Amino acid sequence: MSYKLTTDNINVWYGNYHALKDITLKIRPNTVTAFIGPSGCGKSTFLRLINRMNDYIDGFRMEGQVLIDEKNIYSKRVRVEELRKEVGMVFQKPNPFPKTIFDNVVYGLTIRGVTDKRVLAESCESSLRQAALWDEVKDDLKKSALALSGGQQQRLCIARTLAVKPTVILMDEPASALDPISTAKIEELISELKQNYTIIIVTHNMQQAARISDRTAFFYLGELIEFDSTVNIFTAPKEERTQSYITGRFG
Amino acid sequence: MSQIDNPVHNLKSELEQMFQMVSTQLGKAKDALTLFDKDLAREVVQIEKRVNGQELQIDRIAENFIALYSPVAIDLRFVLAVLKINNNLERIGDIAEGISTYINESELPFDAKLMEESNVIPMFEAAMRMLEETKMAFEKEDTSIARKIFKSDDYLDHINIEAINSLTEGMKNDPSKITDALYIISIIRKLERIGDQLKNIAEEIIFYIEAKVLKHAKLK
Repeated sequence: MSYKLTTDNINVWYGNYHALKDITLKIRPNTVTAFIGPSGCGKSTFLRLINRMNDYIDGFRMEGQVLIDEKNIYSKRVRVEELRKEVGMVFQKPNPFPKTIFDNVVYGLTIRGVTDKRVLAESCESSLRQAALWDEVKDDLKKSALALSGGQQQRLCIARTLAVKPTVILMDEPASALDPISTAKIEELISELKQNYTIIIVTHNMQQAARISDRTAFFYLGELIEFDSTVNIFTAPKEERTQSYITGRFG
Repeated sequence: MSQIDNPVHNLKSELEQMFQMVSTQLGKAKDALTLFDKDLAREVVQIEKRVNGQELQIDRIAENFIALYSPVAIDLRFVLAVLKINNNLERIGDIAEGISTYINESELPFDAKLMEESNVIPMFEAAMRMLEETKMAFEKEDTSIARKIFKSDDYLDHINIEAINSLTEGMKNDPSKITDALYIISIIRKLERIGDQLKNIAEEIIFYIEAKVLKHAKLK
């Protein structure tokens, strides 16, 4: 069985602080994996490791390997810009650029020098369709992205990520700033996107992790405590610490 | 203590009350049978209404708990187990009521010799001990006590088979005792059902504490 992403004995330090300890895990393609754990447990650090967003943080040091499609993404030969095309990221707070909806979606293509209007238009439509936003904005592509609602802005950011054709999408609490209806749309979208992408999501919302993910990883104090099918984690976790956390009895 | 602990404790204490009510009901049914006391038998029928009320109350609390707290892992297994145990206990209450109805229907006490030879009273006592043990297993969350229930159930099954033989013999020897023998057989069958219900409860206790599904499995 092939894996999309494999990490092997990852250790991360920020200065003297040992942020991740011996993390080894394997993620299959076309799955949704949820990372859960209390604040400061290392789940976001681990997520950011997958598209090398920690590289420029002062004091960041890493040991171990992160492989995507069996290639070490920390190899000297890998160009970070190319990696980020492959591994998209959606953040907690929607962060559209102060540009039109159209310009936002195709931003990744235009900075890579794509100028063909037909190519850009096709990419815009197909990305917005995949992000389940096309029907809501198709007549207003020239409108400022900042005029959209929070939920629409977040789907726009997802469309912007999809436009550069990644294979892995990282999401750092993508719905925590949204109302329940927008949250439901994002969750539905994640389930759809799974057909074509490998998705890793950090969430503090246990029910969200339970609803949308195939597998769940529980992090605590920089360690990967348990990684199993989501059903097992939420019905019969093997580790006491996992149970204490998901039932709200931690500490 | 976390916020979810309160409703869990509440649900647990309501189910413990249900255990206590059914235990009292079964105890009175046993005394009614031993003493052929129709007043006690009528009391058992009265208690049944309270048991039914308690069953509904627990169902309601469990439903609210699921809706308001979205329990997972041990809390989820706990509430699922509580719902099933609640139902099993209510059925034991029904059985106690059924036995009391036989006492109310019969004009004269059941034949003493048949009662003795069938071991119906020791069987009743064994069923009550099992109920107490099951209650203790639930209160103390102790699966080793729950596992003993399976052995006790084997004992009830054994008495059941023996009693049928001795009562069949009794009916052959004295056909005038057929009615009494049929009542006693029915009571023994009901007691055997109590064993099954308690075994189900023991399985639920083990499921919620250890996350092991024993239902429909060979238990050893």
